[in-house]
Amino acid sequence: MNIFLVLTFSGVALGAIYFLAASGLSLIYGLMDVLNFAHGLFMTLGAYSGYEIATRLPTSLGAPTLVILAIIGATLFGGLAAGVTELILIRPLYGKPISQILITIGLDLAVVGLLMGGFGSTALQIPVPLWLIEPTHLGGLYLPNANFLAIGAGVIVLIGLELFLALTRYGIIIRAGVENREMVRALGIDVGRAFTLVFVIGGAMAGLAGILYTIVFSGDLVSPNQGDSLLIFAFIVVVIGGLGSIRGSAVAALTVGLLQQYTSFYIGGHSGWAQIGDLSTVLLLAVVLELRPRGLFGRVA
Amino acid sequence: MTNAIEISDLHVSIAGSHVLQGVSFTVPTGGVTALLGRNGVGKTTTLRAILGLVASSGRIQVLGDEVAGWPTHRIVRLGIGYVPEDRDVFSSLSVEQNLRLAESGSGANYDEVFSLFPELKQRGRQRAGTLSGGQQQMLSIARALLNSRPLLLIDEPSKGLAPKIVSEFAGVLERAAQHSTVLLVEQNLSVVKRLAQSIVVLDHGEVVHLGEVSDLDDPTLVRQLLGVAGAA
Repeated sequence: MNIFLVLTFSGVALGAIYFLAASGLSLIYGLMDVLNFAHGLFMTLGAYSGYEIATRLPTSLGAPTLVILAIIGATLFGGLAAGVTELILIRPLYGKPISQILITIGLDLAVVGLLMGGFGSTALQIPVPLWLIEPTHLGGLYLPNANFLAIGAGVIVLIGLELFLALTRYGIIIRAGVENREMVRALGIDVGRAFTLVFVIGGAMAGLAGILYTIVFSGDLVSPNQGDSLLIFAFIVVVIGGLGSIRGSAVAALTVGLLQQYTSFYIGGHSGWAQIGDLSTVLLLAVVLELRPRGLFGRVA
Repeated sequence: MTNAIEISDLHVSIAGSHVLQGVSFTVPTGGVTALLGRNGVGKTTTLRAILGLVASSGRIQVLGDEVAGWPTHRIVRLGIGYVPEDRDVFSSLSVEQNLRLAESGSGANYDEVFSLFPELKQRGRQRAGTLSGGQQQMLSIARALLNSRPLLLIDEPSKGLAPKIVSEFAGVLERAAQHSTVLLVEQNLSVVKRLAQSIVVLDHGEVVHLGEVSDLDDPTLVRQLLGVAGAA
């Protein structure tokens, strides 16, 4: 029973990171019909900017301060990178989905190549405070502290996004745009600004996902391809949750995170087939696509 | 400015089909001009071309500005209220949020809109997708009337509605037309006769008749232009 609870806790933490990675992707596709293959790059850039902050600032600031600054910096840098990408590369290509896919894949390959050239292909270690590595003893269970960080970030972002989308004018514009972009324009609203904002928000969450994945699940190691690996699961979550739905992304991310943890341990652990966790998410995707092609919370096409 | 809209040699092609083939007409400032024609002749496409929602070639002047090539939001900000054919309310948003999106500047006149449609005030927090067809049309018209607009483009407001509701909407539009120029696409000839002063008739993507609304009193002409009996 204890193992099951620890796996559940870990699965929720993994789901929180999948949610951070997927919700921006979902909003970007839902509002703009842009399949953004550079989203994984924003995660990688978040992780590397976090690494730079944590290793270049004076250690006298202390490990807890450095890791907090790294997380904030990764979030901001992810948002900045995404905003610049939208303005320079995506904006001229609205309505040209193939060109968008090609340019975002090309950008990802080029910048990942640059990162390999600049930082090397070997994984780099981010220094983190001891507290993040230690577990907390709670009700007879030893729960990794880093998981609390991921879950806390996921919950804060989920609540923040829901409030933003429900209460602010831009949030309402984004929700309306996901539903009927043309009618938003016909009300005299410049949807282009909302597009840029959604890219910035999505990129910021990707940057946050990148640094948190590094700290929570990657042994504090940053590598050039980690965002692309995470992107695959983000796409799975987006499709299962339904394009454009934040709540759908949250539910799907939690489901995928838990499923991956359970199957990895209970089936992969006994059979020695370590990749069964990843395969189970693909099977779940296939089942959802078969039974409900628009995803759990997606709008009818 | 004697004309609110001037269109000349307007062409639109959609998916390889040449929908508008050199449409030219003017909408005089003040009053209601009805854009008529059988189904599929290009009436809705004409409104969408004026708003920049479809790519077009030719000259389009709206409220004194040449707007061809402008983005839609810029054209609308000249002072256009638009009621689309299928209402296009945002179904996942509440009635209040739908109206809030239509606000422009500080000129939103909720008192006026709620006096026209008191039901919308009572249903402010209801999701627009759960409203009846008539209520959705109220919301769609309310969005267009929320701010004082010199020009209203209204596409088949009576479509799919019961006669009593159609009559109510006609009354609302009659009131709105006292302050705004209206270009109205409408199949219901009794509504057209009640509201419009001038008519433009399209057929196969071309203007085939320009005239006064009294022209619709001629049953032969109505049958010839619109393919329906003219006794409506």
